[in-house]
Amino acid sequence: MSTATGYNFAYLDEQSKRMIRRAILKGVAIPGYQVPFGGREMPLPHGWGTGGMQVTASVIGEADKLKVIDQGADDTTNAVSIRRFFAHTAGVETTEQTAEATLIQTRHRIPERPLKANQILIYQVPIPEPLRFIEPRESETRKMHALSEYGAMQVKLYEDVARFGHIATSYDYPVMVNNRYMMDPSPIPKFDNPKMSMMPALQLFGAGFEKRIYAVPPFTRVESLDFDDHPFEVQSWEEACAICGSDHSFLDEVITDDNGSKMFVCSDTDYCGDRVAQGFVGSAADLPIAEMETEQ
Amino acid sequence: MYVAVKGGEKAIDNAHALMRTQRRGDSAIAELSVDQIRQQLPLAVDRIMNEGSVYDPELAALALKQASGDAVEAIFLLRAYRTTLPRFGYSEPLDTEQMQVERRISGTFKDLPGGQILGSTYDYTHRLLDFSLLASGEAEVAPKEANALSEALAAGNSCPRVLELLNKEGLIEQSRENGEGDQTPRDLTREPIDYPAERGVRLQNLIRGDEGFLLSLSYASMRGYGDSHPFSGEMRTGCVSVELVPEELGFPIEVGEVLLTESEMVNQFQGSKDHPPQFTRGYGIAFGRAERKAMSVALVERALRADELGEEVLYPTQDQEFVLPHTDCVSANGFVSHLKLPHYVDFQSELEMIRRLRKEQRAGDEGMIEKEQEADV
Repeated sequence: MSTATGYNFAYLDEQSKRMIRRAILKGVAIPGYQVPFGGREMPLPHGWGTGGMQVTASVIGEADKLKVIDQGADDTTNAVSIRRFFAHTAGVETTEQTAEATLIQTRHRIPERPLKANQILIYQVPIPEPLRFIEPRESETRKMHALSEYGAMQVKLYEDVARFGHIATSYDYPVMVNNRYMMDPSPIPKFDNPKMSMMPALQLFGAGFEKRIYAVPPFTRVESLDFDDHPFEVQSWEEACAICGSDHSFLDEVITDDNGSKMFVCSDTDYCGDRVAQGFVGSAADLPIAEMETEQ
Repeated sequence: MYVAVKGGEKAIDNAHALMRTQRRGDSAIAELSVDQIRQQLPLAVDRIMNEGSVYDPELAALALKQASGDAVEAIFLLRAYRTTLPRFGYSEPLDTEQMQVERRISGTFKDLPGGQILGSTYDYTHRLLDFSLLASGEAEVAPKEANALSEALAAGNSCPRVLELLNKEGLIEQSRENGEGDQTPRDLTREPIDYPAERGVRLQNLIRGDEGFLLSLSYASMRGYGDSHPFSGEMRTGCVSVELVPEELGFPIEVGEVLLTESEMVNQFQGSKDHPPQFTRGYGIAFGRAERKAMSVALVERALRADELGEEVLYPTQDQEFVLPHTDCVSANGFVSHLKLPHYVDFQSELEMIRRLRKEQRAGDEGMIEKEQEADV
């Protein structure tokens, strides 16, 4: 195993890791509650995953297999950068396969493949406070959480319905955890919200510069906010993935020429690759772009 | 376009190699050494130390070199190093009355015990480009002349603070309650901030804060957004010795000295039912020769005391939940620059939503037109 010289296993010192693990345990004990913790300065910029990295550094062990995704993909530059950081500082094995990973650090997505009980999903969170854009003051939002005073959010959603005929929030869609705390699911598309509920895997959330950790323990109810006459619904596409033909995964839109022609491809690259390996094909299977994808 | 996100690993390596080449510049020109930066760009080095929260001119100069002179990037490098350092303990409170003063300015008294010392300053220079520096000529060096204050200090006399002269008359608020002892301030790099934050934490936050942002906030407060237009009671710069009490010894030993700039502002205060009118204090301190920073901290610090002094909190400069979290240049830069990261998924969600809303509105409009046409018939 190769690790960075001069630094502790997984970068953080053991005292800091213990402090973070205590915060995680408290978070697990109070699902959806934002636990303040002594967030350390990390060698990556704030907003680039320092919260997720501190959580990962605190729970990772030598036997773990780490997967890092950004926008669902393993090879976006920031995912590569964070995966390398842990390969370098902890010397752990990394993988791109969702099924193989024991720890998955993610930004903006939940993998399409359902997660299992022996996995931990670690979310990078930029702004942990779901009420922040309604009430910018921390001293106020803490009171609102303490009193379960969430009417302001319902009013905001109602205003959307009145103006657009829909709840117009498409990502970062607020949820109620275990029927008690309102929680920010991090900026995942609302498409992924239903996956959070009753998930067998542990879900941990780290917000680095806001210095907050929160958690959803396995098999916990997570409900997306809605109204009886305007039930929560997820995005759907008229198109299917051009590479693997999937019509049920989250699709990214890719502009293919100067005239704005476009194709749709799975945002979860591992899921897409798996389907191709199983023999599924999409409409663009004969294009060179699809070959590039399957080479991975 | 898919190429842009594939092969990230190689792209990162190449980008970093390119950055190193760019940093070096024309290799026909001699490379800048860390010592040169430390010696010849000391004000830049001081800023890196202040916002990097480490007193180490050599590492600050190294960071500045590594960051191609980008102060925010250099501060980030120093912070990321600082966070890995073990803590041996806390120093004794510094006694700035014992400062080996090299510059001392009071805007409130023409003359005072210890005197005014202009020292080294850019103030009163006419901002004319000195083309002799361009021709790599040496600038004129100052004659070495000891000042009376340094001599007095060398003889072991301390230099009293201007504000203490006012304090003797009871004209200015006490900096601490009667009998109040020294408190070890909380370390906001180890504990999350809890609002409302106490004064020690606020000061700590401001001193690590972005110099430009603090300067603008102080400017705003002086222009009426915060009602803070104080007098500069005193500003002093010089070296102060740092003492530490090792557990096994039980008495203080000197571990080194730091160059500091301290600013004390005198602000108006109307008084209240219980308190007669009295001046209030705004305090700022910074590593090195950092007058702009120390004064900005003192101004903003005072503006943030509005709440505790019973003044109306009307402006962002007086609101600690606005000021404190947004002063940090490393956080601010990180969060603003994270917009460069991919947001394909969120943007796709927004595209889907906006297309749907537009489609529905179009369908609604067409429905209306049909209805109108039917009505016309």
